[in-house]
Amino acid sequence: MDASTITKPRPSSLAAEAADAALSPTAPRSAVRARPVVLGLVLPVALALGWEAAVRLGLAQGRLMPPPSRIFEAFWSLARTGDLWTHVGATLGRVLAGFAFGALFGTAVGALAGASERFRWFFDPTLQALRSVPSIAWVPLFLLWFGIFETSKIILIAVGVFFPVYLGVAGAIEGIDRKLLEVGRVFRLSGFAMVRRVLLPAVLPAWILALRSGLGLGFMFVVAAELMGASEGLGYLLLDGQQMGRPDQILAAIIAFALLGKLCDGVLVAIGTPLTAWQDTRRGRL
Amino acid sequence: MFVVDRLTKTYADGARALQSVNLAVEEGEILAVVGGSGCGKTTLLRLVAGLDAASEGAITVDGEPILGPHPAVGIVFQEPRLLPWLTVADNVAFGIQDLPRAERRDRVVQALDKVGLAEHARRWPRELSGGQQQRVSIARALVARPKVLLLDEPFSALDAFTRASLHDHLLALWEASRPTVVIVTHDVEEAVALADRVVVMRPRPGRVFETISVRAARPRDKLAPGFDKAKRRVLNALDRSLRPTEEHPNPTAGGAELWW
Repeated sequence: MDASTITKPRPSSLAAEAADAALSPTAPRSAVRARPVVLGLVLPVALALGWEAAVRLGLAQGRLMPPPSRIFEAFWSLARTGDLWTHVGATLGRVLAGFAFGALFGTAVGALAGASERFRWFFDPTLQALRSVPSIAWVPLFLLWFGIFETSKIILIAVGVFFPVYLGVAGAIEGIDRKLLEVGRVFRLSGFAMVRRVLLPAVLPAWILALRSGLGLGFMFVVAAELMGASEGLGYLLLDGQQMGRPDQILAAIIAFALLGKLCDGVLVAIGTPLTAWQDTRRGRL
Repeated sequence: MFVVDRLTKTYADGARALQSVNLAVEEGEILAVVGGSGCGKTTLLRLVAGLDAASEGAITVDGEPILGPHPAVGIVFQEPRLLPWLTVADNVAFGIQDLPRAERRDRVVQALDKVGLAEHARRWPRELSGGQQQRVSIARALVARPKVLLLDEPFSALDAFTRASLHDHLLALWEASRPTVVIVTHDVEEAVALADRVVVMRPRPGRVFETISVRAARPRDKLAPGFDKAKRRVLNALDRSLRPTEEHPNPTAGGAELWW
């Protein structure tokens, strides 16, 4: 059980392990379950330790690829001086602002496209064409249009968030079970009640999933936005690390991105899970 | 009194689903509708439920015309159609949200008790079996106290044992408020077990072929000789209704009553 508690971070899997262990008192069972997680850790941990050892023993210079201890040191010093929090705050603020706009418009336009065939015929081809434009391609244009400050960055992120949310919401509304709508009709729900009591709950799981992929894209676009000229933010930290020749700072910023992204996604999941507990699906771990 | 008057439904592609169907169902009567596929049974129910509009003719409940979904008409579909995000109790209460909370709770508790699902009130629909889900669906239709309850092959997806027990549950719920019931089925035994009258419909275009009265006290003994006789009569009418070439000059004249 010790091994499984350490390697399995999710409470649900912990509970499953515990139930398993209760069912079969023999320990090997949980060890077998834990093995995939352990196996997955072997390669990164071995690489990190190997690199650390190689640099310490003088077998490699570690100038361009610093050992884990130096990366951690860079991360720690950034955190201690408070610089890290300034940068994290700036990035998070941009992502959240862009995400809010993108999610709002994506949901609204997606709802219209899902509800009205005519709206879809008219707008969807254009939106699909715009969707296939790579994010970086917008950068010069947005700089011209909205200047080099926050506006252009937030709009770029909002554009990135908009499309997955739009697609997810439009698809979910189109895919609603006609039979459930008929139940609403039989009980004479008004238009608003139909939306609140049938449409919204039916669309909710797909909406949360769309928001999650939108947030993921928001983090991708914030890097593009911050690389195009910013004086703070994790993207600025990346660029600064490159210009100062400090790969440890670049890697520290990358790790900060990973943690921040995971954290934000975790918040969305935590909000969404109790709302979609009714679903008759395997508890997906996307 | 629930009256269907010269009801005709022609679809946009010209297909005639129903042609001049007349029915008059007494208050508290249980009417079964049987017939081969394509005889418009489901179309008839959808028209009465107000889900589709009739091409010609009229439907009235106690003289009030049915032009769309109406509080006096409840329907149970072939599938349970429960809302998966509501608990069993909330599903039953779905159609009576306008009622005061206490009244709503009383009705739900009573209905769930009648269908034997009182202890499942707080579960999700996905945790119930098909038969249990259909019981919830019947309870949901009946707590709104409709004057006419329509059932569209509600037990067709269930095994014989579950079906028989659901017949009992249905009759128990019906007993409480005695609505008029129209049940569409392809199971002749089910029709004879439940109904006061069995309407046999004839396909292409759908119309009433023959009406057979079954006068026996409920619950009915399926082993009684009369039960078998009634069943044979319905089967016989069904058989004749499906013969394409034969002319039926006066199809409903033979609606003699059957006693046992």
